[in-house]
Amino acid sequence: MLGLQAFFFYIFAFIAVGGALMVVLSRNPVHSVLFLILTFVASAGLFLLTGAEFLAMILIVVYVGAVAILFLFVVMMLDLDVGQLKQRAVQYAPFGAVIAVLLLAELIIAVSGGLADPAPMTMTTALPMAETGGLSNIEALGNVLYTRYILFFQLAGLILFVAMIGAIVLTLRHKENVRRQSIPDQVARNPATAIEIKKVESGRGI
Amino acid sequence: MEVGLGQYLTVAAILFVIGVFGIFMNRKNIITILMSVELILLAVNINFVAFSAFLDDLAGQVFALFVLTVAAAEAAIGLAILVVFFRNRGSIAVDDVNTMKG
Repeated sequence: MLGLQAFFFYIFAFIAVGGALMVVLSRNPVHSVLFLILTFVASAGLFLLTGAEFLAMILIVVYVGAVAILFLFVVMMLDLDVGQLKQRAVQYAPFGAVIAVLLLAELIIAVSGGLADPAPMTMTTALPMAETGGLSNIEALGNVLYTRYILFFQLAGLILFVAMIGAIVLTLRHKENVRRQSIPDQVARNPATAIEIKKVESGRGI
Repeated sequence: MEVGLGQYLTVAAILFVIGVFGIFMNRKNIITILMSVELILLAVNINFVAFSAFLDDLAGQVFALFVLTVAAAEAAIGLAILVVFFRNRGSIAVDDVNTMKG
């Protein structure tokens, strides 16, 4: 009988792996994005099981709420020829499969070897959680993020800022024939140029 | 049967390999390539968080947070470039990229 933790671990793991496979194999890019969301949610479950609650919530909010939705917008905005993409994809599948199997074999050997045993590595712990005492995960993370890692935190903010500016600059497009508000023109207006006085003779129009 | 570090690393390894496979298989479909890159980064994050939990070391979670930041920035810029490319060429076939000047 599996313990409750192991039970949920295997459920989330299988959902994550199955979702990832469908991301790659799916015929329709929209389905790919939706399976990507499924994979992210399952991975958030895995994070929760390890006790990284804050990262799990960030994964839901940032990845599912922002990145995956961004993908969805772009996929729906571009009209893609699904059949053409699929037909050309098949020719690379065997090559990719060979690489994938080799890489997976290497990784499994590495994982099942002595490298994955945490015991010899406990001496190299940089930031032991025992220091944080009875704090919750988010409190402990905040305590180090705003003190010890403040420089990296600011740099992360700078990276996001540059990415935001870059995305806006790349996609901004000035259309012709669009009338925009011109504040200098409005400010430079004076009664002499703005008003035209005409004498209208009675009985005749202008 | 308790869940150990090895299980987490195995799941991360499988996700990583699926991402690499996706890059090779969908070489013509740049949107799927970007999604595969996201999968790879997610696998890396699972590794960081698993090591963080099993070594009782908070640094792994801090680093995973920064990986997440970079992944978000990368997705935004990549998709913006994709939109500009589509606007100029009317398609997102990657084999046409070599005709760009500059």
